[in-house]
Parts: sequence; C-alpha cells; structure tokens
Amino acid sequence: MHNKSIKELAAGLRAKEFSSVELTQAMLARILQFQSINSFITVNEDFALQQAKNADARIAQGDFGLLTGIPMAHKDIFCTLGVKTSCGSRMLDNFIAPYNATVVDKLTAAGTVMLGKLNMDEFAMGSSNETSFYGPVKNPWSLDAVPGGSSGGSAAAVAAHLAVCATGTDTGGSIRQPASHCGITGLKPTYGRVSRYGMIAYASSLDQGGPMARSAEDCAIMLQAMAGFDDKDSTSVDLPVPDYQAGLAKDINGLKIGVPKQFFGDGLAHEVAKIIQQAINDYQKLGAVVKEVDMPNLKLAIPAYYIIAPAECSANLSRFDGVRFGYRCADPQDLTDLFTRSRGEGFGKEVKRRILMGTYALSAGYYDAYYLKAQKIRRLISEDFKRVLKEVDVIMGPVAPTTAFGIGEKMGNPIEMYLSDIYTIAINLAGLPAMSIPAGFAAGKPVGLQIIGDYFAEEKLLNIAHQYQLTTDWHRQSPKGFE
Amino acid sequence: MEQLNENWEAVIGLEIHAQLATQSKIFSGAATAYGAEPNTQACAVDLGLPGVLPVLNEEAVKMGVKFGLAINAQIAPYSVFARKNYFYPDLPKGYQISQFELPIVGNGHLDIEVDGANKRIGVTRAHLEEDAGKSLHENFHGMSGIDLNRAGTPLLEIVSEPDMRSAKEAVAYMKKMHELVRYLGICDGNMQEGSFRCDANVSVRPKGQDKFGIRAEIKNINSFRFVEKAINHEIERQIELIENGGEVVQETRLYDANKDETRSMRGKEEANDYRYFPDPDLLPVEITDAFKAQIKAQLPELPDAKKQRFKEQYGLDDENAVILTSSRQLADYFEALVQQSGCEAKLCANWVSGELLGALNKADLDIADSPVSSERLAGLLKRINDDTISGKIAKQVFELMWQSESSADDIIDEKGLKQITDTGAIEAVIDRIIADNSKQIEQYLAGNEKVFGFFVGQVMREMQGKANPAEVNKMLKAKLK
Amino acid sequence: MTLTADDVRKIAHLARLGIQQDDVESYAQDLSGILALMQQMGETNADNVAPMAHPLDQSQRLRADNVTEVNNRDNFQAIAPQTEAGLYLVPKVIE
Repeated sequence: MHNKSIKELAAGLRAKEFSSVELTQAMLARILQFQSINSFITVNEDFALQQAKNADARIAQGDFGLLTGIPMAHKDIFCTLGVKTSCGSRMLDNFIAPYNATVVDKLTAAGTVMLGKLNMDEFAMGSSNETSFYGPVKNPWSLDAVPGGSSGGSAAAVAAHLAVCATGTDTGGSIRQPASHCGITGLKPTYGRVSRYGMIAYASSLDQGGPMARSAEDCAIMLQAMAGFDDKDSTSVDLPVPDYQAGLAKDINGLKIGVPKQFFGDGLAHEVAKIIQQAINDYQKLGAVVKEVDMPNLKLAIPAYYIIAPAECSANLSRFDGVRFGYRCADPQDLTDLFTRSRGEGFGKEVKRRILMGTYALSAGYYDAYYLKAQKIRRLISEDFKRVLKEVDVIMGPVAPTTAFGIGEKMGNPIEMYLSDIYTIAINLAGLPAMSIPAGFAAGKPVGLQIIGDYFAEEKLLNIAHQYQLTTDWHRQSPKGFE
Repeated sequence: MEQLNENWEAVIGLEIHAQLATQSKIFSGAATAYGAEPNTQACAVDLGLPGVLPVLNEEAVKMGVKFGLAINAQIAPYSVFARKNYFYPDLPKGYQISQFELPIVGNGHLDIEVDGANKRIGVTRAHLEEDAGKSLHENFHGMSGIDLNRAGTPLLEIVSEPDMRSAKEAVAYMKKMHELVRYLGICDGNMQEGSFRCDANVSVRPKGQDKFGIRAEIKNINSFRFVEKAINHEIERQIELIENGGEVVQETRLYDANKDETRSMRGKEEANDYRYFPDPDLLPVEITDAFKAQIKAQLPELPDAKKQRFKEQYGLDDENAVILTSSRQLADYFEALVQQSGCEAKLCANWVSGELLGALNKADLDIADSPVSSERLAGLLKRINDDTISGKIAKQVFELMWQSESSADDIIDEKGLKQITDTGAIEAVIDRIIADNSKQIEQYLAGNEKVFGFFVGQVMREMQGKANPAEVNKMLKAKLK
Repeated sequence: MTLTADDVRKIAHLARLGIQQDDVESYAQDLSGILALMQQMGETNADNVAPMAHPLDQSQRLRADNVTEVNNRDNFQAIAPQTEAGLYLVPKVIE
C-alpha cells in the first residue's frame, strides 16, 4: 500500500480495497518500524486514526476527493491546533499550537489524515537537518548521510514511505534540496501562491510552503489543495488556482529550456553535472530546445540572502521571549535576565548565529552597507531571471552541488554549509516557483534536477516534470530496506 | 519662569499619540473597546503567536488620510510599514509595527492662537502604528502583570516641528489638535483613558541664538494641565542646570504629576538602536488620487472654517464663535437650536454659551449627554421671543427643564409663569407703588432719572417677574410724566 | 571587516541573546567569515537600483474594520509560562 501514488490509493479507498484506517495503521506501523531515521518529531496515532475514521465515513457517503483518507505529515513549522508545533527547537518544545495554519486547514478540509509532525532544522535554519533540537534525520538512501534541510524530515519520511506525501517550506532551498538528496519530488511555489498564515516565519519575504511527494502528479494534487488566496496573509496573492492535474498531460514539444552557464562552474561535483546534463538531454529527446543563458548576478545570491534572511529572522524570532508561550528560563532575576536566558537556552547555535548576523546587519551604521545593499542586489538578481524568462520557458540546472553529504561533515563549517545552497537561494530572492525532480543516482545517492519557472507557472513546471516522469523511473525507486 | 525668559528661550516640539477610533485593531480583528477584562481582547495576532500575520485595517488608513487632508499635508502615494525592534514585556512581537522612512502623512501645519496672536505650527509628519500593551505593577509575588488588550490598537503619531516657544503655545497646539481629531471623528480624545497623549521635546537656548540646545524628551503626558506644568518645570530645570555650569543630557524623562517634577528614565534608554527595516509581512500602502478625493469629500467642516462661518452667518462675536465651535457636537447643537427655535442667533448663542454650558460644566456633562435637547431648549427660546415669558423667568423654566423631561410650555402653564399683559393689573400695581413711595417720586420729579429703575424693580418684584418689562416701562413713564 | 568578541557581546545584548562565554570567539569568527562573503556584494555597483523588499510588486490589501475575534484567553494562556488573574506575569517592570 505504502508504495502507491495518491491516485492509486484514492482508487483503492473508493473501491473499498482498503480503508483509510487500515492505510493509516500501516503507515503508523512503518513509522514505528523506521523510527531510527528520526524523521518524525511527533506521531499522533489517536488523532490520525480519528481523522482516518472521519475520512472513511466521508468516502462511504460519497463526499470525497483524491486526498480524502490519504495519510500524510506536516513539517513541524506549520501550526496544528492541539498538537505540539516545535519548529525543531527547544524554544517550542512545550508549544501546543492554539490554532491551525491555513495550509493545515486546507489539507484537513481535503480529507487528509495527519500522521504527525516532521523533523526539520531548527526554525528552518539549516541545509542538513542537523540543527534540529530533536537530532539529525538520516537519509534513507544512505543512513550516514544527511537528508538535506531544512525540510529534511519531510523528504526522508516520503522517501522511506512513512507518509504518502508531506508539506515542506522553502526559504532558500529547503524543499528542493532535501527533495534532491532524498530522491523525491518537491515544489516551491511562487511567493504568495500558498498562504504563510500559521507557518512559523523564518524570513517572511522568502518563506513559501509547498508539496513534497514521490511524483509531480502527487505534488499537483497536493498543491491544488494548498494553494489559493488567504485573507489572513497580506502577501497572499488573489489569483485563481488553475487545475494542476489537468495541465500535466500537455505536450512539451518545443519547450524552451534555458541553462545558465553560471550553474555549471567550479564547485559542481562532476557526477552531479553529468546527471543534470543527461536529464537535459532527455528533455531534448522530448522535443525541448536548449539554450545557454547568462545570469551574471547569480553569484551574489548567497551574500544577499545571508543578509536578508538573517535580518528578517532577527526580528521574526524576537517574539520568543519567555513571556506568553514557549520556553522560559528558570528563576529569572529581572526582565533582561528573563529575555536573555530564555532565548539563550531556548535557541540552538545556528539560530543564534543568524540572529546575531541579522541584528548586526540592521544595526545603526551598517544598515545601508548591508541590508539596503542586499535589497538592491536582490533586484539585480530578480531582473536577471525576468530577462532570461522572457527568452525561455523554464530554466534548468542542479539543485545542489553534491549529493547528500555525511552527517557531521559540514557542521563545523557554517560557511561551507551556506555555499551548498548556491543553486536554490536566488530563486527565493526572486520569488519564483521551482521544482526538484529525481534525475538519477551518483554512487547510490539521488540527484535532483531543478526546474525554475516564471511567476505563477506552477502548472507548467508540474507539466514539464510529469512528462519527464512518464519516461523515466527515477522517482519510483525506493531506498534499500524501505521498499 | 517669566523673569528667566528675559535671557532664555525655550524650543518645544510635541509628539502626539492619538488612538484612532476604529472598531477593530490595526492589524487584527480583535475589538479595541476600552476597559475589558485583561487579555480578553488580545487575539493570536495581538499576542504575536508564532506564525500569525498582520492585515491592515482600512479604516485606520482612511483616518490617517483624513487627518493629513485636514492639516493641509502631503499624503504619501506610497507609504511603508517598518519594524521598530526592542524588547519589552508589553511589546509582544519584540518589535512595534510603525512607519519610519515613508509615513502616510508628510508636511502639514496647524494654526494656533495665543494671547490674541496667530502662529503657524509645522507638522513634520504623522504616521500609523500599533500601540503596545500595559504593565500592571500591583504586586503579584513581586512580579508585574501584562495586559495586552491595548496591543495593536491603532495610533496616529503626529510629530510637530520644534516651532513652539512656550508651554502656553504647546498647550494651545495640543488643544487645537485635540479639537481637530475629535472634529474629524478619528479619535475620541479621552485623555484619562490614554486615547490622546503626548511626548514633549524640550530644549532651551540663550535668546538670539539660532542653534538648538540639547533636548530632553518628556514621555506620556496625558492632560493639558500636565503638559503646561511638565514643560515649564523642564524649562526651569534646564535653565538652572546650565546657569549652574551643568549640561543638559539628551534623555527621556518622566513627568511625575504628584511631585510636579520630571525625572530621568535612564533604565529604558540604554542602547537605543531600533534597527528599523520594512516589515516583510506587509506590502507598501498605496493611496490613489481617487481614494484621497473620496475621503476629502467626506471631510467635515473644520474648526477654523466653522468659526469664521459662525461669525459671518450668525453675526457672532469672536468669543461666542470660539466657544460654540470648540466641539463639533456643540456647534451642531447651536445650529439646530437656531433652526428649531427660529430665534435670533445671538439669543441662541447666549443661551448655549451661558445657561446651557454653565449647567453642563456644573454637572460635569458633555454636550452629547445634555438633559436638555436642542428641541426642548428651542421650545423655551420661542416663549422668550413671543414675550410669553421674560428672560429672567426663562432661566427659572430652564432649571426646571434640566431636572425634568417636561417641555417649556408645560412648565410655564403648570407654574403659571406666563407674563401678565393685562394692563389693568399692571396699572393697579403701579398706582400702589407710586402711592407708597412718595419720597422717591419727589426725587424723580426733581430730575433724578435713576430712580426710575427703582420703580420698575418694585413693580416687577410685586408681580413676581411675570409682568412684561417693556409694558411696565411704558406705563410707568406715562404715569410719572 | 572582522568582528571582535566585544562586538559579538554587544550584538548579543541588543538581541537579548544569551551566549556561552566559550562560544563568543567562535561566533566572532563565524560572523567575520560571513561578512567576508559579503565583500562580493560591495564590489557590485547598485547605486541606482531600487531596493527590493518583496518578490512581487504589489500593494497592501486593506481589511474592513470589523471585529471578527472573540475572547480566547483561556486557550492562549494555557500555553503561557506564568499567568495570574488573566495577566502574563514577568519579573518586575521598572519604569
């Protein structure tokens, strides 16, 4: 059961081959069986089984959609009413969210069953899932490698078939990079396409929630439920949501693919480059035309991002002060002690590093040189994309410079870790949609192909990814021991 | 103070915080009503729960624009909300959403009048922001309690130029601003509840010097009286300090009304680096010309214009015009009274500014809560106008109206207060008075005309004020010829 | 541009962020390293470029002035560290 696509499962549920309760129980058993990969922070059996029962009742009444009764899990960054929402941090280890994120509400309304909450880098700050208060997640393809981050728990759980699909969030690559490292399909939508309400903010102008699943088709079904205008989010965009599934079948003959030469410079592992090149060749066989494009400002994405994201996070995380919720230090002596120690003890090292960086970048005398300059660079980068996307339909390239690296390998060197986001970060600065789809394996570890589209071109991205997945089976591979 | 002013000049700028009279908060759908149980009007957004987001209240924007138009200010076509970062337990998010580089209202001005002279005070800017909560200092086992009901209440912060030179000017400016925001209906102006409060920036410099002195900021002054006292105290303190060889330090000070002094708030001051940056959760606010025009059309007549019109249309003197336009409700009452009574505006003006306001002040009531409506007062003035009663009797009737719900006519009937116009009855009284006061008759006939008034008084007293004074005059004159 | 241990302490205080004495040096090094990364940015001329605060060029949507929230204090305070009489308790606030 656990290997099936959403459509296959929906058909099985409708045909009464199995119930949602049975499916949920099977998934819960797998979660228990593969506990050691540490992909879940919270598993809520009673809650899940109750939702499964409700789904079965809905199916019996004929009131259902493709997602009704499908067991999935949420990244622990999405607030879930009555269920612990830790954001991977000690700060929120005791935080039972008193409300649901809009994305959670929407997926619940679609009838999904929430198995639990998924591990992640603390406050989504990290590229390896090693900054989590709950410990690192293991990559199902290679248990001593990281799953990527920050949605590492989501990627690992879907790859290991512990959940049919999962939500993720992407601020600088946090859906695409773990999807790439774990051999699954992930989509970061256009900024504003999916509501941010109830998604604990890391960097508000970059954060975007999206689907993580085995295939483009599953992502399309998920995104259909997740996307749409939300009047609780000022940055949510009021545009109609297209029928993503209907768009999958479109012919991609004549598709114009841009390949930035800057994507194939130093630092890209040879075996990854080979796989990406092969995938692009495969697209040519499907009728696509490939064109080299120039994006001179791409190299500035990392510095601009590591000013903007920390600056925003330094303010976003100020609400964690030990007063109204979350961790409070023992016996605070005075107000300053309450704030300083609660935050000092509640946050981990990477979060602190970014808060310090952001505080510095915004402080008197440095604002213009850092924050304002970074915002200007941000425009230059986004203009590069806009120019290129007038010439081509999509941009393709690698998601990450290497396959999943070893647990502990980069923890001592934050800058090296930051550099691993080089191909994904620029897309968040521009606010564009992008996907990672499985495109092959290097030394047994998955490699993802990144497809970047124009604003609100999710339908096209899914279509392009789906057409590739019709002729390849990289996305159907399962890690050994998890089949 | 006054003697010190020979050598020194004060420079004062005010930052007024006016709570906008919206139903819901600036970024959430929680109520703004005053006086609720602690934290019952603090929703997830106001509490800054993880994951919540702000959405801007349209009415707050409209009110800001309304204010800008009223002070002839530039309305920014494009304004931006920024985060002002600092830690305080009554500031739930660790930052206040405010406006910094691009406020909604730019340069404008307000004219004030002090000692008969007009002065134009510049308004640098006005911006929208959210209020913080409140710390309660009752002792909870040595701890403080935080109530976040007020958190997220919309504020308009109105920043003046340092154009004021005395506490008196500052009070005049603040009063004028207070009148204006209430006219516009954008703030209830309730100072006890903190709906209208100000910070004063005060410095002194030797007379004739161009350069400003170092200023101190006095925080959170919530009455006109305290503004005057606090500023005067601060001016004195600074002059004394400098004259004794000291230096004013730039700092925040708190006015203590009980001791009538300001004291330093150094504790809150340290490391004042607010790290403002545009709030990424909110997009730029765009004000189109159409939006502006729509609000302009809704703008009420403003105090200065109304005052001028009252003088021209009703022939009021300056004093009455000022009093009657001091609030929109009072002006409306007056105009309704003129219309309903059909009496001369001057009579109406005198009654409103005299009897009515006197009674309201005595009872500590606002015009909106007046027990005597304009309709009922009109009923009374009609009876003065048609000589049914004299002005003096009318005052008695007014007092009875104040205490009851009866109309003027009912009271006049019931108490038999109608003027006596029966000339026979008046004549009889006159005859008796003349007979009883032969000495005064002699004086009058000898040419002492002042005694005439004595006879009128005697007749009126005899007739309990109910005789028509004009008739009494006429008849007496005839008799005494 | 390098940051000293003292700079780190100052920033940490501004952010009310307790950091271990032993970690101050390593933060100073990390932050200096990140700042070195920023050098590239300085080399690019962006003087005439408008800063970009949001990915999409949109303006703020306005919400009608309606009260939509009801009292939910009990639920919100159930997750609070310390409350009494409906108030959040903190160490004494001195003004």
